[in-house]
Formats: sequence, structure tokens, C-alpha cells
Amino acid sequence: MSTRHTRLSGLEPLVLTPDLLFVNVGERTNVTGSAKFKKLIKEDRYEEAVEVARQQVENGAQIIDVNMDEGLIDSEAAMVRFLNLIAAEPDIARVPVMVDSSKWTVIEAGLRCLQGKGIVNSISMKEGEAEFLDHARKVQQYGAAAVVMAFDEQGQADTCERKVSICARAYELLTGELDFLPEDIIFDPNIFAIATGIEEHNNYAVDFIEATRELKRRFPHCHISGGVSNVSFSFRGNDTVREAIHSVFLYHAIQAGMDMGIVNAGALAIYDELDAELRERVEDVVLNRRDDATERLLDIADNYKKKKGEVVVETLAWREKDVRARLSHALVHGIDQYVVEDTEEARQLSTRPLDVIEGPLMDGMNVVGDLFGAGKMFLPQVVKSARVMKKAVAYLLPYIEAEKLRTGDTGKSNGKIVMATVKGDVHDIGKNIVGVVLRCNNFDVTDLGVMVPAQKILDTAIAENADMIGLSGLITPSLEEMANVAKEMQRRDFHIPLLIGGATTSRAHTALKIEPHYKAGTVWVKDASRAVGVAQSLVSKELVDDFLAKVRADYVDVRERHRNRGPGKKLVSLEKARAQRYRCDWASYEPPQPKQPGVTVFDDYDLSVIRQYIDWTPFFQAWELAGHYPAILTDEVVGPQASELFRDAHAMLDRIIAEKWLTARAVIGLWPAANIGDDVEIYTDASRRTPLAVLHSLRQQADKPPERPDLCLADFIAPKEFDKPDWIGGFAVTAGLGIEEHLNRFLADYDDYSSIILKALADRLAEAFAEHMHERVRKEFWGFVPDEALDNDDLIAEKYRGIRPAPGYPACPEHTEKATLFQLLDATKNAGIELTEGFSMYPAAAVSGWYYSHPDSQYFVVGRLGKEQVEDYARRKGWTLQEAERWLASNLDYEPE
Amino acid sequence: MSALPWLHPDRVALLEAALRERILILDGGMGTMLQGHQLDESGFRGERFEHGHDSAHAHDGHAHDHHGGCDLKGDNDLLTLTQPEIIRGVHEAYFEAGADLVETNTFNATRISQADYHLQHIAYELNREGARLARAAADLFSAKTPEQPRFVIGVLGPTSRTASLSPDVNDPGFRNVTFEELAENYTESASGLIDGGADVLMVETIFDTLNAKAALFALSELFRARGARLPLMISGTITDRSGRTLSGQTAEAFYYSVRHARPLSVGFNCALGAEDLRPHIQTISGVAECHISTHPNAGLPNAFGEYDETPEQMAAVIGSFAREGLLNLVGGCCGTTPAHIKAIAEAVRGVAPRALPTEAQEAA
Repeated sequence: MSTRHTRLSGLEPLVLTPDLLFVNVGERTNVTGSAKFKKLIKEDRYEEAVEVARQQVENGAQIIDVNMDEGLIDSEAAMVRFLNLIAAEPDIARVPVMVDSSKWTVIEAGLRCLQGKGIVNSISMKEGEAEFLDHARKVQQYGAAAVVMAFDEQGQADTCERKVSICARAYELLTGELDFLPEDIIFDPNIFAIATGIEEHNNYAVDFIEATRELKRRFPHCHISGGVSNVSFSFRGNDTVREAIHSVFLYHAIQAGMDMGIVNAGALAIYDELDAELRERVEDVVLNRRDDATERLLDIADNYKKKKGEVVVETLAWREKDVRARLSHALVHGIDQYVVEDTEEARQLSTRPLDVIEGPLMDGMNVVGDLFGAGKMFLPQVVKSARVMKKAVAYLLPYIEAEKLRTGDTGKSNGKIVMATVKGDVHDIGKNIVGVVLRCNNFDVTDLGVMVPAQKILDTAIAENADMIGLSGLITPSLEEMANVAKEMQRRDFHIPLLIGGATTSRAHTALKIEPHYKAGTVWVKDASRAVGVAQSLVSKELVDDFLAKVRADYVDVRERHRNRGPGKKLVSLEKARAQRYRCDWASYEPPQPKQPGVTVFDDYDLSVIRQYIDWTPFFQAWELAGHYPAILTDEVVGPQASELFRDAHAMLDRIIAEKWLTARAVIGLWPAANIGDDVEIYTDASRRTPLAVLHSLRQQADKPPERPDLCLADFIAPKEFDKPDWIGGFAVTAGLGIEEHLNRFLADYDDYSSIILKALADRLAEAFAEHMHERVRKEFWGFVPDEALDNDDLIAEKYRGIRPAPGYPACPEHTEKATLFQLLDATKNAGIELTEGFSMYPAAAVSGWYYSHPDSQYFVVGRLGKEQVEDYARRKGWTLQEAERWLASNLDYEPE
Repeated sequence: MSALPWLHPDRVALLEAALRERILILDGGMGTMLQGHQLDESGFRGERFEHGHDSAHAHDGHAHDHHGGCDLKGDNDLLTLTQPEIIRGVHEAYFEAGADLVETNTFNATRISQADYHLQHIAYELNREGARLARAAADLFSAKTPEQPRFVIGVLGPTSRTASLSPDVNDPGFRNVTFEELAENYTESASGLIDGGADVLMVETIFDTLNAKAALFALSELFRARGARLPLMISGTITDRSGRTLSGQTAEAFYYSVRHARPLSVGFNCALGAEDLRPHIQTISGVAECHISTHPNAGLPNAFGEYDETPEQMAAVIGSFAREGLLNLVGGCCGTTPAHIKAIAEAVRGVAPRALPTEAQEAA
């Protein structure tokens, strides 16, 4: 314990022991180093900026450097806001923060946000000893370590001698005048650019490395750090050479004692794997070994420059290997071109056709499974691997059947699972991905599709002698249906485990609302990547009891915590919430009158127009690739996969449009409306005498300060008393008509990859169509902003006037209102979209909602509702309390009786 | 720069000598003891506040309670001024039970917390008088038992706000208190505690380490301004069985975040009973260079919010901590009484205190 290790902390400790060798400080949350991060901060896109921090930590940054030094940014405010935001993200906040600024006030503002022990970057004697000591003492008082720059009154140290003497002087002051802990001192002896063509710069790397060696010898408890990317600055635009320089520089600097650095850990080349010629010439430059080193590196640098858009050519060297290795390669790389001939070759070498599956194919899939589990492969690749596997298996099937007839022997599967999207719900992209991943792992999957009633699921499970049942769903009413399936399983005395998955499901919901109904075990599966682990534990005789016991204990814990969480944030009474409604000065408000009132139908809309409105980010999310488009295409982790998927998606989109795979239809309507309480009354015409329908809205009941209203959508429509009529709009669009034929085609071809791309694209097109129609409504049909000029990014960022909330989403979470919308629009006749009994739309690639035009109208989350409001809502809807509680189950703030 | 001198070097010497010798006993809960008196609103108000205003400040703007009335019942810290005999009685009961150190009745005596009762203006006074009451009790017992000197711990509570958590779920970047505000609050409260004669200051029941860091920052500035310092005790709170503070830190990360204050002791109190605190005390005992303290609750609250671990049960667990070599200072928090403290004192009697790592190394 007396060993003087630096002890830092975020939410978790980070002790800098020698076995860490080198501590990576993430550099991407630095506006001076990352153009992308700078743009996000300047444009106030903090949510995405937080994602940059998350990715850094996921990619192995042990500390994150945060720098907001940019002339056009209020650096202090940005530092505080960003640090406060990441403090709320346990995945990020677990690591210590390096507060980086050349302005002391910014550093101090940052230190006031850190509960953990972070690092200040940096302090120096630039302004003299007094200020240096004053800052250092403050660093101690705030509980941080400090980077000390080799910078004094004369300037930044460039030679080895000056680097060492300035650092030594700083050390004496810190430990002599103050009682600064030596292990809390991190020297930065300045990394400068080399190979600049200026002779004095040639020795800069050597100066740094030698200074590091000497400082480490004299002050063994201190650390040596630096900003590595500076060294290669003169090779901007040539990433291969830059990465090689970083790699060589670090190789030597680390040997000399450098033990911390601000680096892009994801983009470091491996010293041993550098091209020999490049490495030698880089080494000449870094170590200043010959006078012509720079020229010699420049001579070859261009050979390593990647051209824009260049695609690495697939080499066919792997075709030379033996058949086992070829199959494995084909599976791992998802290449189906040769799989039939390779499978045939393997079959001829085997005694039984089944041996090909159980041997080389399963071995290959195990490699895929391992790589996926280790985060080295991503979902789109796995689905492609599955396609190759399915082709191989399909080829072998006739042989296996023949073999079975001959011997009566059947193959072994890992286990059998019956899967379904529950009654009332049509969403199945996630479920299909889980199915693929399970099949890859040799599970026998019976997929019953979408909108499957409980009885059919259970009957199938019995008939197939299934080992487990998996339920999926996206919309909130599905949650209740899942609980219903669980009850049915209990009633029918099932003893196999039940798996729960889908976007709206959660561990808490499963623990509270599903698991208690079914004794034999219910497990929530977070995403496709967890499905295999869970399924394998459940079919393993050795693991299943322990696994289920753990899950049960965990859910008991969740329930316990839920019970003990106390009242949480208390809701205000409905009366108080209504008193604190959004108010508008209606007298001075001019409700825009539509140019084209009533219902308008659009048949067979041009998909090539819709295409331009696609928001691609959710497309990648559907594939469990995290990140925002377009940055995701160049992301250091998922970039290559995302780019490939993107290319494949565009290729298919071209065909969808050219060959008219899908038909897009839409219907919109604009009607006079008036606000009455929390409802909106819709009329046949502007005289507002004959009501056509009543829309029911829900109101937030959060306890807010007086200046922040408890919102309700109805508040954005002018009240009836107001003499000028206000208007409301409605829409239903789909881009999924005709999809079945093509899905069936892919199914016949064992091509899940294409099938999932198609479904995800249809979803994107439907959303894009909704975006496009909304724009046309604003500019033409309602026409309140005829000259709006926003690009697609602005549209995605919702920078326009008005909103289009969809029933079933947070601002209007109650799904049955969709029925009113569909009646008003006659959407089934006019746009070919049907509503299921659970109020899910079919085709699934469909969007519907309301148009509000008020400039203050905004999206919000209704959140939890008190019983009083639920009773009130039931009265307004003509429902019993129980009916209202059923449809509002996810929003109830109380346990219904 | 060497550290500042002690404000009361003699008492620090006595305390350090006692710490080398044995496990020292802290007091137990204050709230539990006050409940026994069943004070009503007028009991809380006492004479000074009986007419609905602070008669001691009638002339300077604190003449009346705010409109809508504001009950003072429940402001336990106010009893220091309105029922000083009761508070002093509690301190004496704990000394009688064997405590070496008692904690001042100042858990909520910060401007932020007193604002709930519109009593911001008495924050300094509550601390100074709180320390004086405990001081008088300690001096009385030190005189009675010179072989066992008694000490006063000036308590700085967590306040009712958190600097690193947003109270608004929709806005994770929002904060309803700043580091600077907290530091100002703690400066004022600590000044009162020092002026009232506290021997040691303890930042305790730390839910959010950033609040504690603001307190530690304020104390370092205050000590510099006064040219002398008091020993510091720091005690965090692991809020549930997740093993983390409310603000999400592990025990070890918590220690590294406050270690710069070079405290006399670090430890955990409240929220959990002794048994549930064991792994965290073990963790921190394994990494801390300073003394280790703990003052757990009398178990977890039952369905009625009451604590029902008996003195015997609690003493048995704490006795085992002591024999494991984990402890230097031990007492009780919510739900504990002089009976608990007496049982704990008996359970650790004669058991060697945890050796400081440096001492352990020298001995090895």
C-alpha cells in the first residue's frame, strides 16, 4: 500500500499500476482535436456528443479528455454542461475525466463537476511560479491529479535538456513549496511535429523520448504523457503513414517510460504488422537516424495513401486452402459464392452428410459465434454468415433425408424453440434476427410469425415438443399480451422456460408483470446478442437450475426495489396539472387556415422522391449497430460493417424503385377543430356546428416549476370560445404494400439478410414518406409555411413549425385513438392500411398520426398518470375504469385493483 | 509546504494517542432519542419561536414566518436552541454509555436544509450552539473520567440536494445546487462548529461525493483563512445492496475521491445495517492509509420504517468486524440508542484497533 500508485476514480477506481503499461486517454471529446466533436458542440447536439464519449470508453479509453477550447464556444458553460451530462451515464462516468483547457477558469468550472478524482490538463510555469503554485494548490483542494507541461516563462521546452530542467523545477516546487503527491504529477514534455522540412524539428521525437527516459529515472513515481497525434502533423491526409508514425513513436517512447497518452486507441497500427519498408523509413524519421530521413519517407508516403472511396480488393488466396478452412472462411466472411461446391466436396470426404454440418460447418459457425460474442463481428456479418450456413444446409438436406431413411438416425440439435410476435402486433425484425442467431448456433427454431394468439403458440410448443418459447413485441399493448401468454402457460401447466424480448419490453416489466404469473421460469432477453447465451443456459442440464435461480433472485430483487423505491416523484393532482396547462394568448393568435381542407388521397407515390427523406440512423439501429448516420460509416469500430450494409441497402433500394417491389400510399386530412378541456372536437366544416369526432388527450401530471407547463396535446388547439376556427390534421402512410411476395422469395432462398434489409428499408421508407407528406402539408395543403426551406438533417432534427404525434407514442400513448384517426381518414380504403385488434398497423411499414400547426406545439412524454386522470379519461372515452387501465397499463402510476 | 498546524494540538495529541491504543466509540442515533420526548409544535418552537417568529431576530427582517405558516416540528437541529437541555441530555447519555466521541446535533444545520423551515438565518448559530452543548457534555465527562478523554465531532450533513445528480428525469444535465453554493453553506456551518469548540469535523452520510468534495474544498479554504486546522472524518453512505453510493460510486472510488483531504478517518454510515456494510468496510480497509470508522443503522427499516436490530445483534456483528481488524472508530446511526452503544463498546473492548498501513509495514 505504500507503493505510490496514482489513484484516480470515476464511478469506479482506476489505479495506475505498472502492469497497465500504458494508459489510453480518449481524445475524441476534444474540440481542438476532433472536427466532428467540435461541430456537435457548436450545434448544441449534446446528445450525440455524449455518444462520442460513450464510444471512446467502449473502445477502451481508460480516461477521457474533455476540451472545449474554441473561440466560438462558451467554453466554461460547455464544459459544465457536457460533464454534467456524462455524469448521468454510468457507462461513461465509470472512468475518470481529464479536464483539458488552456484557460484556468474553464478547468476550475470542470473540477466543480467531478465527483471522482480526475486529472487537470494542464498547469505550467508559463506565467511564473506564483500562479503555477496557486493553480497546483487548487488542484489539490479539488482532489485531482495534474498534467504539468514543460513550459516556463521563456516558453515551451523543445530540447531534451530544457524539458528535463523545467519538469525538475516544477517537481521541486510542487513537492517542496506544496505537499503535492509525486504520483499525482504527470509530466507532458511536449510532443512536436517532426519531418516538417525544417531541420531544427528533426530531433523533436528523440528529444521527447530522451527527456522521458531521464524524467522517469529521476522521478519514478511521476508519469509521462503527451498528445501523440502532434508528432505526425506534417503527414495530414495520409492516415496510413500517420498511424505508422504514431505506432513507431509510441513503441520507443513507451520503452523509455512514457506511460500515458492522448491517443485514438482504435486507430493505432500494430508495430509488428507495419510494412517493413514503411517501418524502417518511419523509424529513421522518428529516431532522426539519417539526414535524408524525411525525403526518404516522403518518397514512399504516397504509395500508402488511401484513395477516396477505394475498396480493398478481395483476394482469393483463401481458395487455395483445404475445404474445411474454405468453409470456415466463407462462413466468417459471409461469402456464399462457392459454398455449394465446397459443401459438396466436404460431403464426399465425409462418411455421413450430417458430418459436414456437425463438423466443418458448425466449427465455422462457432468461430462466428465467438467473434460476435467478443464484439469483433457485428450483426449484419452474422446474418450473412447464417445465409451461407443455410445454403450449405439446404444443399445437404436431401442427402440427410436419404441417409435418415436408410439408417433411421436423426441429427442432434441444441434445442427447440417456438417463437412468435404476440397477438395484435406485427413487428418482427428483431425477432427474425434472434431467430437467425439462434439457428446459427444450431437451435431448431419454429417461427410462427406475427400476430400469433396464445393458443396457437402453446399448441405448437406442445406439438413440437419445444424446449422453450420466445415472445416478441414492439407496441405497448403487446406487453399485456405477453403477461397473458404467461398466465396461459401456467394454467396449462407448462414446464418450459419463457423468453421475452422486443423494444418495449424491459427487465423491470418482465420481473413485475410477467414472471410472477409463470412458475417454470421467465427470462428477459435484452437483444439478439444475448439470445444464444440465454438459450444455451436454458437447454444445458448443468446450467439451467443455477441460471434460472439467478434470474429469479434477480427479479425478486427488482420487485423488492420497486416496492421500496418509495413514492418516487409525486404526481400533482389533475386539477393542479390542468391549472398549470400550456397557455397561449389566443386573442392575438391567427390560426392558419388550410389551402386544401378535407381528405386528400395519394395513390402509388413515387418512391424515388420518398427515398431522399430517409433518416438512416434507425436503419443501423435495427441491426444493432450503434451510432449516427453518416458518422457511423467511418466509425472506427462498426464503420466497415455499417458501410457494407449501407451499400447493400442502397443496391436493394435501387431495385425496389426500379422494379416496383413496393407501393406507397397515403391519405391526409385537415379539419376544423376546437379545444374543450383535454379533448379536441373535430367538425365537418368551418362553421363548427356539426361535430365529426372527439380526440382524447392525456395530460402530464409531473410536479414542475410554474414556468414549465404540464403539457397536453389538446392545449395546442384554440378553445371553442375563440372566434377564429383552429384546425387539426391527420395522416396515414405506408410503403409496405406488396412486400410479401419479395419476403417469400428471400425465404425460399434462405436469405434472411436480404429479408431483414427489405423490412427495415420498408420501415424507413414509411417514416420518410411521413416526413415528406408533413413537409408538403406545411408548404402546400395547410400551407402555413409556403416558403420553408429545410434540408433533410433539419427535418430529422424537427426544426420545422408544428408536430405530427402518433397515437401509441409518448405524447399520446393510448393506442385506441388510432381507430378515430382511421375512421376520419378512411385509411383502410384510402391507403390500404388495416388496424389489428391490438391497434397495430398492417402492413407494418406504416405511420399514422396527427398534425398540429401551433408554433409552440412540441413533442413530450405524458409519463405517469394518477388514478383520477385515468377515471376521467375512462369517462370521456365511455369506458369502464378497467378498460382504461388496460389500455393505459404502461402509464399507470398505481397498481390497478 | 507542510500542512497547517492543528487548532487544538493538545486535544489532537490525546485523540491520536487514544486511537493508537484502542477502538474508539462513537455515539448513536439522535433522532431515535428525540422521538422519545414526543415534542409537539410548541415543544419545537420553545420560547424563542413561540409567537410564530424568531424573537431573537425580530428587528432584522426575520420577524414573521412566511405566509401559509411553516411548522417547525421535525427540525431536530432547532432543538439545540429551543430545548438545549434535551440535546445535552442525549450527549450525556451516550458518554454515560461509553462513547469517546459524540456528534453535534447539526446534521441539517446548513442554510440549504434550514430553508425548508425558512430558518436559513440561524444556520451559523445552530452549529456554534450545537458544538457548545456537546463541548460542555464532553468537558464534564472528561473531568469525571480523566483516563478516558471525551471529544466533540462537529457534524456536516449531506444537505437535501445533490450536486452530481439531476432532480429532473427529463434533463440529466440539470442541477438544483452548485458546488459554489454548497461550499458557501459548508463554510458557514463549519465556522459555527469551530467557534463552538468542536475537536474534529466529520463530513457524513455522503450520498453524493461531489457534495462532500465541496465541503472538503470549503474546509481547506477555511483552515487556510484561520491558519489552523481540525482533524477530518469522512463517512460515505452506500445506499443499497447495489454496493454504490447514491451518486453511483463504488466504495474504493469513493475513497480515492476524498483522499486528497488527508482525513483522520474514512468509513461508512447509515442506509444499511452492519452486516450489509461489511464488504464495503473490508474494501476500504484494504486501500485506506487513514483510520476506518463505521456507524451503521440498527439493521434495515422494517415495514413501519422502524429499526429493530437489538443491541446484542448489532454488537455481535460489530464485534466480528473488530476481530477481523477492520475498525478504529465505531458507533451507530439511525435506530441506535445508548443501549446499542454500550453493547458495542463491550463487544470491542480489548480488541486491538486496525493498524495504520504504515505502522503495519514498520512492524512487519
